[in-house]
Amino acid sequence: MRKNILLDLLLTFMKIGFFTFGGGYAMISMIENTCVEKKKWISHDDMMNVTVIAESTPGPIAINCATFVGYQQAGFSGSLIATLGIILPSFAVIFLISMFLDNFLEITVIANAFKGIKIAVGILILDAAITMIKKMHKKVLPRAIMVCSFAAMLLINIFSLNFSSISLMLIAAAVSLTIFVVKGAPEQKGGAGK
Amino acid sequence: MIYLDLFLGFLRVGCFAFGGAYGAIPLIRDVVLSYGWLTDETLTYMIAVSESTPGPIMVNLATYVGSSQGGLLGAIIATLAVVLPSFFVILLLMVALKTLLKNKYVQAILRGLKPCIIGIILATGVYMTVNHVVSLESATVSIQAAIITAILAVVMFCSKPILKKKMSPIMLIMVSAALGIVVYGI
Repeated sequence: MRKNILLDLLLTFMKIGFFTFGGGYAMISMIENTCVEKKKWISHDDMMNVTVIAESTPGPIAINCATFVGYQQAGFSGSLIATLGIILPSFAVIFLISMFLDNFLEITVIANAFKGIKIAVGILILDAAITMIKKMHKKVLPRAIMVCSFAAMLLINIFSLNFSSISLMLIAAAVSLTIFVVKGAPEQKGGAGK
Repeated sequence: MIYLDLFLGFLRVGCFAFGGAYGAIPLIRDVVLSYGWLTDETLTYMIAVSESTPGPIMVNLATYVGSSQGGLLGAIIATLAVVLPSFFVILLLMVALKTLLKNKYVQAILRGLKPCIIGIILATGVYMTVNHVVSLESATVSIQAAIITAILAVVMFCSKPILKKKMSPIMLIMVSAALGIVVYGI
């Protein structure tokens, strides 16, 4: 049993590692699709918690997620196997590229394929966001925070502002904490704009 | 000693790179350029390669720099160094997590963070999708990108009602690669 879950973790995260282009948020959509919907290793709420933790701890988000899921399934060895699994494919690919191909992206067919893949990455991230919105609490405060951070992040991207997403998250955390301290439990509705 | 330099340099990247790869790129630039491992031009090219190859961008960059400076051993050392900090931070958190998540103040903070991250992810997705079709810098529209975006969006969001099964990300990536070869190749 235990050996099976370790092998499953290794193969699953190798697959995620091999097919996730564009890093970060694209990986979250892939991990959500595999670990929550298909394998049911963790719940959607847990996945949201990991995403929050992954964003607020240093290092690649995918590594944080793999370590978390691996640890939940099979303790320390599970976290080790899952993390190795997600690194191995990209390690092998990049190592080969650095050995043999100086101008990998100058091969027309490969460059064209990657132009297509880049577009898919954007759509996958959109899909991940839509899935999360559908599962979000339908209350005023979370919706307001979501809309505000969406608008702020879009402006930051468009004008290449020097304002990191971490600062945005800190503000959201502070707003939510203040409202909790002032108004108490979140059960009651309304009045929770900015 | 190059192996020690690689280890320490990428340990620093792993320790202080918050908020994913794009937040980490300035830090990676700083480390890689200050050790003189890559020139600015090669680094920019490598970031493009890291984005277009599978896996976390930070890990890809570490593997590449490590291998260019110290062969296979260098690649292994740099990759491990960039991964170690986040691995141990999460392990430590997991031990404390169960009690930590039940704390009402922590819950209040998480209630604010979750919708904020959803907003950030949505904005990133919208920006990336639109930016491929309409380049904001040069104010030009790419017809090829528009065609691929339209086909992929239809495939992704209409497959569920028709096939009663959601398109897997792997399938979408493969379809998009094929579309890229065909549409840009013509």
